[in-house]
Amino acid sequence: MNPLTSILIALLTPLIGALLALASRTRPKLAVTSAVTASAITLAASISLAWATRSGDVFAIHAGDWQAPFGITLVADTFAAIMLVVCQLVIVASVIFCAKTLDASYHRRFLYPLLMTLSFGTNGAFLTGDLFNLYVWFEVLLLSSFALMALLRGEDGHAAAWRYVVINLIASLLFLAAAGLIYGKTGTLNFAELRVRFSEAESSFLINSSAALLFGAFGIKSALIPLAFWLPAAYPKLPPALSALFAGLLTKVGLYAFFRVFGMVFSDGTAFPHQDVLFVVAVVTMVGGVLGAVGQGEMRRILSFHIISQVGYMALALAIYSPLALAAGIFYIGHHIIVKANLFLATGLVEAHAGSSDLSKTSGVMKTSPVIAVLFAIPALSLAGIPPLSGFFAKFSLLHSALQLSDWIGAAAIALVGLLTVFSMLKIWRAIFWGDAEPREAKPHPLLNLTSAVLGLTTIAIGLAAGPLFEIAQTAANGLIDPQTYLEAVLSTPL
Amino acid sequence: MQVIIALITGLLIGAGIYRLLGGAKIDIIIGLILISQGGNLIIFASGGLKHNAPALLTDEATNAASMADPLPQALVLTAIVIGFGILAFLLTLLTRSSKA
Repeated sequence: MNPLTSILIALLTPLIGALLALASRTRPKLAVTSAVTASAITLAASISLAWATRSGDVFAIHAGDWQAPFGITLVADTFAAIMLVVCQLVIVASVIFCAKTLDASYHRRFLYPLLMTLSFGTNGAFLTGDLFNLYVWFEVLLLSSFALMALLRGEDGHAAAWRYVVINLIASLLFLAAAGLIYGKTGTLNFAELRVRFSEAESSFLINSSAALLFGAFGIKSALIPLAFWLPAAYPKLPPALSALFAGLLTKVGLYAFFRVFGMVFSDGTAFPHQDVLFVVAVVTMVGGVLGAVGQGEMRRILSFHIISQVGYMALALAIYSPLALAAGIFYIGHHIIVKANLFLATGLVEAHAGSSDLSKTSGVMKTSPVIAVLFAIPALSLAGIPPLSGFFAKFSLLHSALQLSDWIGAAAIALVGLLTVFSMLKIWRAIFWGDAEPREAKPHPLLNLTSAVLGLTTIAIGLAAGPLFEIAQTAANGLIDPQTYLEAVLSTPL
Repeated sequence: MQVIIALITGLLIGAGIYRLLGGAKIDIIIGLILISQGGNLIIFASGGLKHNAPALLTDEATNAASMADPLPQALVLTAIVIGFGILAFLLTLLTRSSKA
């Protein structure tokens, strides 16, 4: 398939799926079918795009044939394609879980159109080539996620949704102000053009203010401590099928923006010390997140705190900013999206089976359902970084890159937080899966086990094929550090 | 002109943050509206402010100096629309949670 066609298919299929799901709202089965089909087609297009960009090629579409930097550009480079593929995998799994685990009240309330518009927003954010459109796509996916949050019932749910909405709106406003200031200073918003401008020696006085604003905005969106405490307040309230989607996608879109803007656009020519600030923030996030996780007593809450600590790892990769570290960070993001979503899905399985995921109420799932225990164990071990699973290679390559630059603080944090992660996973394991079991009859739908198993197998496969996949991550990282191909594709492609 | 716009922007954002810290939900909504209007003004001013300069090419004015920059205006339009959508959503959320 032509890569340019793949870009359009990957972007527009979710929108068509959303419209179809909206049209068939009164018939949930049809809505589910259209949502799953649309996600599957998008996944296929994303895979073909990843295949086309695997050796570092960049494809750009100029909407309405307006040449960059004047028109709206859609760009697919290796990094964007990797993100598209893993996110679509999670979206497909999450839609299947939503269909089988949520009660009927959700199905009547615009659930599938919202899931599809969420996917539409994330794909747009990955493929866009300019800062303002990144803001717009962020708004598309945020509004979808707000509405999904607002489906929550009860006083607790409303409070969680409210907090989540307000903090993310503030992040969006920071982002908007930053985009305005950058346009005022440089006269362009196109990533490629901005990169060219910043590498010419200009005064960076106003750029610093924009960079600081962007840092705050992306920091809130990707949940870096001290901007992360909305996350454990909001995510555990969601049903597991949705929290898998949120945990997998939303913070990672923020990280994508971090990598794209601070890794590619701002990497030279700005005096804003984003690497030093990011380093401190990342280490604090890693340690703080995992300490928060150790102190929790409910599966969903523990996993929510783990999101924060893992985001710290990826931010650390960007803060170290060597080619190896950046590649490790990209590999880490890909691994993390799949594993984190899978952990939440496994939590959903536990709840469907045992009725609760509270550590003090549930025990002995191992005896009553060994299948669920295995399905939880795979992503849990992978998250903790046990070889030969994907998490080990992600952590190891990051540690290696930290040691290469003799960055002892970073290396110590990586090792220590890894240990604490294992510890808090063992806590879940001991409480939920071991111990005495009361007899349970409820069995989750076999399709759910299969979905979770596919993601688990993906984790194992990423671990076994770490070599070639890491090479692709390195290609993506090099494309960010030295975006020559990107600039050529965007700024001078005759259509 | 620039000074006035800058002052108004600062005033809007300052007032917005003050209301945002008020704590009640309606305060938070009003605060967010004020801040987003401040953000819109930042974008509007970012293209440079010109007097009596339309954002159009006419026959007698084909040089860029006598034109206002159309891009920030397009951006502000987009931002206003998004802000309006968010406001509608927030008000819905408010009525929902007050009913519950």
